[in-house]
Order: sequence, then structure tokens, then C-alpha cells
Amino acid sequence: MIQIRDIRKSFGNQEVLRGISAEFESGKTSLIMGASGSGKTVLIKCMVGLLQPNSGQVLYDNRDFFSLNRSERKAVRTEIGFLFQGAALFNSMTVEQNVLLPLDMFTSWTKAEKSKRVAEVLERVGLENANVKFPSEISGGMAKRVGIARAIVQHPRYLFCDEPNSGLDPGTAGRIDELILELTREYNITTVINTHDMNSVMQIGESVLFLLKGEKRWEGNKDEIMGSQDEALDKFIFASEFLQDAKKAMIRQGGRGSG
Amino acid sequence: MKFFEHFGQYLLMLRALFVRPEQFRMYWRETLRQMDDIGVGSFLIIAVVSLFIGAVTAVQTAYQIFGNSLVPGYYLGWIVRDTTILELAPTFSCLILAGKAGSNMSSELGNMRISEQIDALEIMGISTEAYLVGPRILASVIVIPMLVAMAGFLSIVGGYAATIASGYVTSGEFIQGLLTSFRGFNVQLMLIKAVVFAFLIASVSSYQGFYVKGGSIELGQASTRAVVYSCILILFSDYIIAVIALS
Repeated sequence: MIQIRDIRKSFGNQEVLRGISAEFESGKTSLIMGASGSGKTVLIKCMVGLLQPNSGQVLYDNRDFFSLNRSERKAVRTEIGFLFQGAALFNSMTVEQNVLLPLDMFTSWTKAEKSKRVAEVLERVGLENANVKFPSEISGGMAKRVGIARAIVQHPRYLFCDEPNSGLDPGTAGRIDELILELTREYNITTVINTHDMNSVMQIGESVLFLLKGEKRWEGNKDEIMGSQDEALDKFIFASEFLQDAKKAMIRQGGRGSG
Repeated sequence: MKFFEHFGQYLLMLRALFVRPEQFRMYWRETLRQMDDIGVGSFLIIAVVSLFIGAVTAVQTAYQIFGNSLVPGYYLGWIVRDTTILELAPTFSCLILAGKAGSNMSSELGNMRISEQIDALEIMGISTEAYLVGPRILASVIVIPMLVAMAGFLSIVGGYAATIASGYVTSGEFIQGLLTSFRGFNVQLMLIKAVVFAFLIASVSSYQGFYVKGGSIELGQASTRAVVYSCILILFSDYIIAVIALS
């Protein structure tokens, strides 16, 4: 489980996070959603220590990350998998070498053991035939899969995904979401996902945190979200005219049905 | 004020190099890759430039000194040798390497920063300064002195070839000049300069790339700064070393 308590972060005079507290449970996909500029990425970067919050705590199974010393933090980080928005693959390495890197760096396994593990995770994400390809030779969806494979290769306890399906077509995005959900359940990982994609929210949002201008505005799950009375959330979900019309139609149908 | 901020961050980066490697083998592999990039990658340009610099130095020196019939012929080899070893080979080669290897380091690291590859390594628990900057500095201080030594040799070869071809002195006179009053200390000084310049090129260029913020425009600016600052520091430290060693 990951707990965050009263996280605040400013850049100069601009306060980007204004005291956010939340809990993210193990074995569940927890989504942080909000419009662009709402502070999602800053929050997730504060959680993994890429940014130092001005105040607040991040607890990994009761270990206060920012109170740990350098080597203890390193130990926590080896338990974290992170999927970046652009996948952040190493251009000079093949798909296989990208996934192999954490094992080369942190394990004393034999070459055969490492190769076996890499083959396992690549197969798990559906990329068994892409080993020798370079990042520049694969599609955006495949790059995301490689990113996921690299993130899970060391059996992480915590998985962070920053907008995992941005730039992907709806079908591929849906498959990436499904994959993350399956892996979360399979390995009982605490998964935190940043998104502004409502399809993701409705598909895998077992727990949903809605941010607005750096504040926690709403918390719930995918089943509760449509029934929410929060005006800002409603505005975010039904942002386009098409969706507003769809919502009106849905209400009318609901009205006829109940009448 | 900004200068002190950057200088402080530069020192912190250097301090961060002294951590225990997560896996020594991986750091060594990265060092070998960098040695190949810097050494093999820069061999041709350094060789070509050195040959011509030696040749031009010899021809121009001959033009200046042979107007005076009192100057013996073998002086040409002597002057070419000492000019090359003391100044041209280390300084000229390293200025070229600042442009080639330095800008390459800066843009490679900057690109890794912008595309979040450095963040990815950090989240894995890897000491990014030590893993990315350390091997570049180590590889530079190993390989660049070798390139400089080669540059010194090829400059003298270029000078010899140009002198013989233009008929200013005989082969015997030039070689006699090369052997006259040879001081091993000059070669040591050349290598000391090469090590210092190599450290400056690698550390300054890595710093510029490692901490780049923004996008492709800032990345280009960082590469330019890497080259400009490296060149200025090379020339400045060249003067300091000369004053300390030769005064």
C-alpha cells in the first residue's frame, strides 16, 4: 500500500500541489485523473522521488520515503516499476537489452536465468518476437509494452504509469489498460496510473482520484463516478458537446424508463 | 549569482560520482563503450588535423628562419618537435575534441534527460551521475592522452614530410633537430595537459547535457555551451599549467 499525506509542491510562486492526501491499495489499479496542468504528473513524480515535495509524506508500506537515507531509498526504488508517458526506452539498446538492464544492474543471476526472465516478461506483454529490434523500429503501442516489461521484470511491488495510453489508438489503449489490470492482480502490485482518458477510468478505475488545479476534488471508483454530483468532475467527464448530448439523452432515457 | 549556482551544482555532480557502483561490470562496459566512441570515433579527424598542422608549422617556421643564413638547418626539426609536443598536440587536439566528443556527450545526455531516460534509470535505483557521467570522464582521461600522443607523433611526421617535400632541409638535418636537446619532461607535460583537458571536456560537457531543461532548442544551446566553455577552460588551464610547470 502507498499512502500520501498532505503533499505540497511549488515551482517558484506557483503552487502546483496543494495538500493532497490519499491511499493506494495493493492489488488494485488506482487512477489519478484530471485535466492537463492539474498536477497529476508532478504528484506521481513526487511519489517516486523524482521531485522533492515542499512538505508532506509518501509512505511505501509504512516506510516514509523522504525520511530514508540514500541506500534505503535505493532499496525502495528497486521495488518500483515506472512506465513513462513516452516509454523512455534507451535508444542505443535493443528491446531485449532494455528489459535486461535492471537485471544486469541489480541481480547476480546467470546469463541463462536473466534471458529466461526477459523472455517470460516479453511473452507476457505479447512481444516475444521483438527482442532484437531497436526502439526506433517499433510502434508506440509496442514501446509501451516494452516499457511495461521493463517495469515488471524485477517483480515490483509498486507500479506507476504516467498516461500509459496517450498517443495510442483506442483499441491498443484498451489492450494496454487490460494488461496493466491483469498484471496488477496477477502479482498483487500497488498500481498508480495517471490519466485523462475516461475510457481507462471506466475500464480499470478500481479507485479514482480526481485532481483539479492541484487539489483533490473527488475520490471514488468507476461505478460511482457517473453518479457523482460534483460539478467540476461532471464538467471534466462531459467536456465535449457530443458527450453532453449523450448525457442528456441518457438522462431522458433513464427518465422514460423510470416513468 | 547564477555562476555560483552552476558551479555548486557542478561540484555536487562530481561528488555524486564517488558512490559504490551497483554492478561494477556494467560501469566498466559503459566505460569501454565511451572509450570506443571517443577514441575510435575521433581517431581520423585528429590524425588528419595533426598531419596538416605539423606540415604547416614546419613550412611556416622554415619560411621565417631560413631568411637568416646563420640559423642551422636542424633547428627546424627541433622547433617543430617542441612546438608540437608542448602546445599544438595537446591544445589543438583537445580543442577539436571539445567540439566533437564534448558536443556529442552533451547532446547524448541532454537527449536522455529530455526523453526521461535519465529519470527511468533513477527510478530503477541507479546512481545516474555515477553511471552516465563517471564512465565518460574515465574514458576521456584514458583515451584522450593516447590521442594526444598520437597527434604529437603524426604532427612531427607531417612536419618531416612537408619539410623534405619542399626541400628546406635534408632528412638528416630534420632528424638531427628532433634528437637535439630532447627533454622527457616536455612529453610528461603534454600528457599532464591532455589529462587535465580531457577531464574538463568530459565533465563540463556532461554537466551541460545532464542538467538540461526544456526541449530541442535548449538541447542545442547546451551543446553549444559545452563546446564554448570547454574551449575557454582548456585555454585558461593551458596558460595556468604553462606558468606552473615552466616558470
